[in-house]
Amino acid sequence: MQFLSKRLDYLFRSTRGLVLIAIAMVALVTAIWGTLSGPMVEWGVRDITVSVLGMDLVQADREGRIIMLYHTIAMTIVAIEVYFMTEMLPMKRQEQVTINATITVGYLTALVFGMGFAYFGHNFAFHGLFLVGQSLVFFAGILLSAALWPWKKEYLLETDSPYAHTKKGVDLERAAFFVMALATLLSATFGAVTGSYWGNGHETFLGEDLIRMPHKTALQKAIIGHLHIMLTLVAVGITLIVGRWMKFQGILHKIAMPLMIFGTIVITFGALSVVWLPWAHTTIYVGSVFVMLAALMYVIFTWDKLIKDGTAGIEKPNFFQKMGALLRDPLKFGPGWQMVFMNFTVSGVGIFMAVKLDEIFRVWPHREERITLTGHWHILAALIATIILFYYMDLSKVQGKLRQWAGWLIIIMSDLAFGAATIFSMKRLFVAESEQQSLVNTIMLLMDMGLGIVLVILAIFLLWRLYDLFQDKGYWNKEFTAEKKLRAETELEENKRKMAELEATLKEVSK
Amino acid sequence: MKYALNIKKLLQNEEGFLTQSREETAFSLFAFAPAWLRSGIALRISILLILLLLPACGSAPSVSAIEPPYIDTGIDSNAWVTVPAGEFPFGQHDHMSYVDEFEIMVTDVTVEQFANFLNEALAAGEIRVGEFEVEAGEILWQEEGVGGYYPGDPFDGYKHEEEIKAGEKLYMPQTEGLRLTYDGNTFTTMEAYTNHPMTMVTWWGANAYCEYYGYRLPLEAEWEKAARGTELINERGLPFPWGDEIHGNNANYYSSFDLFERMFGKLGNTTPVGFYNGQTYDLGEGSYATEDSTSPYGLYDMAGNVWQWMGDDYHDQHYRYMRGGSFYSYEVDLRVWKNNSAGPQYYSPALGFRCVQDQ
Repeated sequence: MQFLSKRLDYLFRSTRGLVLIAIAMVALVTAIWGTLSGPMVEWGVRDITVSVLGMDLVQADREGRIIMLYHTIAMTIVAIEVYFMTEMLPMKRQEQVTINATITVGYLTALVFGMGFAYFGHNFAFHGLFLVGQSLVFFAGILLSAALWPWKKEYLLETDSPYAHTKKGVDLERAAFFVMALATLLSATFGAVTGSYWGNGHETFLGEDLIRMPHKTALQKAIIGHLHIMLTLVAVGITLIVGRWMKFQGILHKIAMPLMIFGTIVITFGALSVVWLPWAHTTIYVGSVFVMLAALMYVIFTWDKLIKDGTAGIEKPNFFQKMGALLRDPLKFGPGWQMVFMNFTVSGVGIFMAVKLDEIFRVWPHREERITLTGHWHILAALIATIILFYYMDLSKVQGKLRQWAGWLIIIMSDLAFGAATIFSMKRLFVAESEQQSLVNTIMLLMDMGLGIVLVILAIFLLWRLYDLFQDKGYWNKEFTAEKKLRAETELEENKRKMAELEATLKEVSK
Repeated sequence: MKYALNIKKLLQNEEGFLTQSREETAFSLFAFAPAWLRSGIALRISILLILLLLPACGSAPSVSAIEPPYIDTGIDSNAWVTVPAGEFPFGQHDHMSYVDEFEIMVTDVTVEQFANFLNEALAAGEIRVGEFEVEAGEILWQEEGVGGYYPGDPFDGYKHEEEIKAGEKLYMPQTEGLRLTYDGNTFTTMEAYTNHPMTMVTWWGANAYCEYYGYRLPLEAEWEKAARGTELINERGLPFPWGDEIHGNNANYYSSFDLFERMFGKLGNTTPVGFYNGQTYDLGEGSYATEDSTSPYGLYDMAGNVWQWMGDDYHDQHYRYMRGGSFYSYEVDLRVWKNNSAGPQYYSPALGFRCVQDQ
């Protein structure tokens, strides 16, 4: 019994344990639901999954099922980011516990019952519980926003702090997290309001199926705005998180944070204003420039830091030594690189599409344009997932050859898959339909191979963590002990500060 | 075995080179590079990748380069059926809609039928062979082919809408992927493709064919009714013309493992019209059993094989719509309510049409 309670204590009461569960849940969903599409269908695996698990796949409900699948994965990813935030950003212990508990119950409820409703017969009690789960995630977001309130006295920075701050000491990084959390709540509301009309004037659809409809309803536009901004905000969140991880600071930090705050506000306004403004896209482009500049500052800072740290002790390092230092640790190099790579596979494609919409993409058939659209945002989602993985592997103290192999294989194989997917989605630029077979065969193989290897690495990593959980003195135990120690020290500091405050108050009163 | 030996030899050579190089250039170029890079792992991964990719980079046949055997399906491509007036479940969400009675072709228009049309229309002076100006979006180009006059479409000037002006339009390009030959006087079908659906036809070409014989292209609602019928099971219309589920021997779609995918690779090719009629075909590649996959009104190929041009001209847009999915499509696009769209100048080896006529 103690065996189980110790593990449960670690899994549900430590940040690393909570993140581990969430990653495992996403991996499980990916492993099972990944068999329902792509090459798995061709190999007959889908039929086995459906029959073994007793899935009920009504053809007309496919779009609805996919939407619920996206939501359950998105909730889990949001939960992971929240766990990181509640650990790395100063807040009261009670706030951290409440937020983590609420979001954990929320995303697990949404995931279990959402998938239950979507894929195993439409039990509407499950649908209700799916909504309960999402509501709890939303409530956790409100609690997080309250905890992040950047104007609290105790979170003000010293005037000589290397981190971005206002003249009055408001921590601009905290403010960026705060703005991102608020924007997420606002855009969740847009989705929720439209969702409440489901079956009552609003019908399920996938955004990419509507792109050529000249007239869309306000509810359809709200969903289109919602889905775009949600992924963007998750990307903003992970950029801020890895910035914290890499101790992003100094002049670049001071430039980046105001850009990030302003960009987040503008993009959110742009994406949501699509409901009533015809020029919403222009607003989004403007906001994107600011956010991407902030991300660029992060990349410059971290790469410079990796080079400086790696060449410490060499008086005048040459170019190759600097490159060696930069590439020495794939887990720390990875997030910045994936952000740079994103410009070729996501932002570049998006901008190119916007610029050449009437000249190229609207000349192609809708199905081709749809592939390009879905391709570029799937890639963004997967890039975010790899960045989360880099950070979590670092937290898990994956070292030595394993760190090198895992890190580089994730970078190379994911980029290979994403590059191939980008070529696939843009193939009409280079090859006619009647001549495409060789190209399609090659890039399909690259995509399957790249993603397959990344998933195998994830599976090995999770199996190692599972094996470790069965060890009495396993790594999980060290992690938990270290986290408890750190937490105790932080709480002690907090209590000391509180004691000092109370004593000062008493002194003042007794005068 | 031969490959395995070669790989070993290659790795040994490269490993040897790297070792030598490392010794000679200690603490210089890559001295600061991570150990794995210096140990040649990157090289091994590269070699492995190249070897894995080699088979895919082989000369997979293009659709235009292959010629399948002639297959007689026994289905009459000149047959028509009547779809009675009445309501039917329309779209993914089964909105009950009404359409008047109409007749529709049992199969797609075949290459042979289209060749006959071209020869007749050419003799009648209604079409010409030569160079045509094609306009799509903001670009303009010249294309060799067959074409004729089109009176243009109403233009609403809406955002992204392109004006389709009156003038000579391309019906069919003379390009790769065409299953017809032209000797300067007559169009002749390539024998193997005689009873395959006519592809590489623009919307104007499809429209011209139907109008030449006094027919028209089907409206989306008409097409969908002809494809799925009126039956409701558990308050839902049929997702496929033959029922609820799709298997490889129901229709020709991407990775359906049909006879032509066996012959020509994953993307396959068109199948002759009416191929999925319950027959078992034996062509020396092993026998291939099909299921009778007609629609409730007895139509063939209403899912898969080739997309089919629709006749609707909607307000505020210039796009023309297609239905049915094709041999390039995943099975989800074969569901009867799914559509595709492109400008009327678009043609493809995976796009054909059939006609309807009013009673």
